[in-house]
Amino acid sequence: MDNVIRRRTPGARLGRAAVYAVLLLAALFYLLPLVVMLITSFKPLHEISPGTLLSLPQSPTVEPWIKAWGEACTGMRCEGVGGYFWNSIAIVVPAVLISTVVGALNGYALTKWRFRGSELLFALMLFGCFIPFQVVLLPMAQTLGWLGLSSSRAGLILVHVIFGIAFTTLFFRNFYVAVPTELVSAAKLDGAGFFRIFWRILLPVSAPIIVVSVIWQFTQIWNDFLFGVAFSAHDTQPVTVALNNLVNTSTGTREYNVDMAAAMIAALPTLIVYVLAGKYFVRGLTAGSVKG
Amino acid sequence: MTIVSHAQERPARPAARRTAAAHLQDWLPRLVLAPSIAITLFFVYGFMLWTFVLSLTSSRMLPSYDFVGFAQYARLMANDRWWVASTNLVIFGGLFVAICLVIGVVLAILLDQRIRQEGALRTLYLYPMALSFIVTGVVWKWLLNPGLGIQAMVRSWGFESFTFNWIVDPDMAIYTLVLAAVWQASGFVMALFLAGLRGIDDSIIKAAQLDGASLPRVYLRVILPCLRPVVFSAVMILSHIAIKSFDLVVALTGGGPGYATDLPATFMYTHAFTRAQIGLGSASAMLMLGGVLAILIPYLYSELRSRKHG
Amino acid sequence: MAALEIHNVCKEFGGERVLKNVSLAIDSGEFLILVGPSGCGKSTLMNAIAGLEPVTSGEIRIADEDVTWQTPAERDIAMVFQSYALYPSMTVRGNISFGLEMRKVPKAEREAAVERVADLLQISHLLDRKPSQLSGGQRQRVAMGRALAREPKVYLFDEPLSNLDAKLRVDMRTEIKKLHQRLGTTIVYVTHDQIEAMTLADRIAVMRDGNILQLGTPDEVYNDPVDIFVAGFMGSPSMNFITASLEGGPGDYRLRIVTRGEEALLLPWPAVRETPAMAEQVGRPVILGLRPEHFSEEDARLGGMDEGTPVSARVSVVEPTGADILLRLPLGDSEVTARVGPKCTVVPGERLNLRVDMGRAVLFDSQTEQRLA
Repeated sequence: MDNVIRRRTPGARLGRAAVYAVLLLAALFYLLPLVVMLITSFKPLHEISPGTLLSLPQSPTVEPWIKAWGEACTGMRCEGVGGYFWNSIAIVVPAVLISTVVGALNGYALTKWRFRGSELLFALMLFGCFIPFQVVLLPMAQTLGWLGLSSSRAGLILVHVIFGIAFTTLFFRNFYVAVPTELVSAAKLDGAGFFRIFWRILLPVSAPIIVVSVIWQFTQIWNDFLFGVAFSAHDTQPVTVALNNLVNTSTGTREYNVDMAAAMIAALPTLIVYVLAGKYFVRGLTAGSVKG
Repeated sequence: MTIVSHAQERPARPAARRTAAAHLQDWLPRLVLAPSIAITLFFVYGFMLWTFVLSLTSSRMLPSYDFVGFAQYARLMANDRWWVASTNLVIFGGLFVAICLVIGVVLAILLDQRIRQEGALRTLYLYPMALSFIVTGVVWKWLLNPGLGIQAMVRSWGFESFTFNWIVDPDMAIYTLVLAAVWQASGFVMALFLAGLRGIDDSIIKAAQLDGASLPRVYLRVILPCLRPVVFSAVMILSHIAIKSFDLVVALTGGGPGYATDLPATFMYTHAFTRAQIGLGSASAMLMLGGVLAILIPYLYSELRSRKHG
Repeated sequence: MAALEIHNVCKEFGGERVLKNVSLAIDSGEFLILVGPSGCGKSTLMNAIAGLEPVTSGEIRIADEDVTWQTPAERDIAMVFQSYALYPSMTVRGNISFGLEMRKVPKAEREAAVERVADLLQISHLLDRKPSQLSGGQRQRVAMGRALAREPKVYLFDEPLSNLDAKLRVDMRTEIKKLHQRLGTTIVYVTHDQIEAMTLADRIAVMRDGNILQLGTPDEVYNDPVDIFVAGFMGSPSMNFITASLEGGPGDYRLRIVTRGEEALLLPWPAVRETPAMAEQVGRPVILGLRPEHFSEEDARLGGMDEGTPVSARVSVVEPTGADILLRLPLGDSEVTARVGPKCTVVPGERLNLRVDMGRAVLFDSQTEQRLA
């Protein structure tokens, strides 16, 4: 509503002020946890006492971050979350790449090379976006065992690819549906085949949806906890599982500053992605939902 | 040109069939899709069936195929903890969806009033959606900690009797889940509604104003009805998040105090993976699937119908 | 030699027959236009020729070779699309040379082809731009350039001008005509614009409901339509159809037209244009087809000695178009349009004496809508 003539009465001004007040309050509500998390992570432990939630650190220190990264106890071991951070990266990168490539090819085949039953196949795959994953946990555990992938990073990569392609296929399908089919017809007449049309005609215009798909898959897999906790062992855990273990490890005094530093470490990659490519992040969230 | 010479070698036959290359081109799309379809059939549909089969057995530590009919479902119905989890889901899901919608609509409408720094505000509202529910749980657990969190802070300001100890109160703990989940997802609902508002044809609004409608009335009578599909998808996504909620419970309350904040998702995990009740866990997973289908099918039905008419 | 032959082609979509036994042949260098209302099957026929949609039955031959089951790439055909379908990620140069590249033409030849085509279409200065940086008319030229570069056996044009504004459309129409005259290419051109069809075609195929109703030169289709549909589709403003009853007999046929509030009008049918089919229709209602230009204003200087059959009517609407004036007047059970010279000073409500050129009128069966005479 950009082109509305507004009255310039005192009452209208008051209303305008109220609008800003509500919006700012809401901003505070959303910001509070992040601010608390940040300032607490830079406080030495002795500065954490009742009533100091919002006070800035008197003597700021990066000690909690160092401890969270390399020394804090996650269950039995006390090696910090650093190793698990790398675990997450080792799982996320291949899983994101594979699921995006597969989704792109699927979306292309489903929209530009329609055949009898292709819409049905798409609906069949789409359903994979909606199932509660609890319904596949037990068979998955057993199947990973048969494949010799129990508690391995490869196993987790496989799981994330399998349950990610429904989403990536949806993204690319909805994107390619809007690309004129005449382009493909023209390329066919020019003599190009299936893969060449994909490579030369479709892929060069797919940058936005590739970004959407990569960001979506990255946040989904990075933030995953259920598969991580169900299908990993000590040395293959992703960082979310390690963070949960760290926070729930009840030996010694509770070091809230270390907890918060560890939470920040787990949150930073997706936060950075969000700040850098927020537009595409929102598009992924809405594309994954609104239109089928 | 090679094509021409190739064609001339093959003088016109009455019914020249397709060349091998043409056949391959025809089958390539199917070949490309085949692995994904096979994976979907096995890992989604096969596993659903498999879980259903497990739910009919007496499996405990390990899957066994000793069938007991629907006995596990009967056990589930008699299980107090399952009922707590299901009731919790209704409370949590209902409040979560309703509050997110209200906050989302209000913020979207307010942001739509030519606000300075709209982009910055939008970014602030939405960033929690980028976080893991585990991170959300960890930070809210700390904020809600009566001894060190918000309660202690407000008391230190002089309100000695201020009490905000929901997280340790079995009757109130479920609402802490609502609070944290709303914090995480309401900005996303705002983004959905804002996109919907921006997508409305400007001339409708102009027409309504020329008809003499005041701004609030334009919103109520003209704009919000246009956003019905957005409400629909938002409800759909939010209830989906609610049913799947697992990580948030684990990180924020651990299902406690006691099992006061158990949800079906945590119930299933606990029974299947830590309490050696695979049969019972499978039965609860199937009921979760049923819940999702109960929401999904009407949604898909109306989507398909509207697309046919649209 | 026939460049393209289509024999008994049928196409079904989910039980619905979109093409019903279509047959036609196009000579090398001929410009054929497929015209018809939307949904008549003209685009489907074009896609079948291109190989973009397989036919259900029938045969398609290009340069005497059966291509019915060949892929589009194997057919040596180029197509200009309504939406132009320029590859958005490639420059104009890339777009034009892509087809040659796919056919493994050496780079030097490709560049020569691009230069030649760019020169021909005056787009040399655009070669390094992307399609998004071009205007509608420029895109249209590039789309034609892409087709021309390959020098295929047959060109297909799928409503190529319908996305251009009116003035540009007329310019491009002329340009396409010039190109065809200069290069002697074989073209199949789909349009729903009957003016395009009349101006460009060597022959026109009028299609409806998956059938070709009439295939002939523009003059044949315009002046000698096979039925009411073809007669009404070609020409703008379209032909007037007047219900009349046929009286008399061989050598002396007359058409009686009854207009409300007027005396019945008797129009004699020229004896040289009689057909045997007319005999069966005597005493029955028939449809008289008169184009607006078959009417003319009586010239006072000739003192009633004009050619044509006199008709008098009360003018209800006067629509000057600049070049001439369109009049609406009641005749028979509805109003007809007459085209008169720009000097005509008649005002609405006035009676006007007109002449009708019955030598060019056509007659249709009121039941089958087929041509009688």
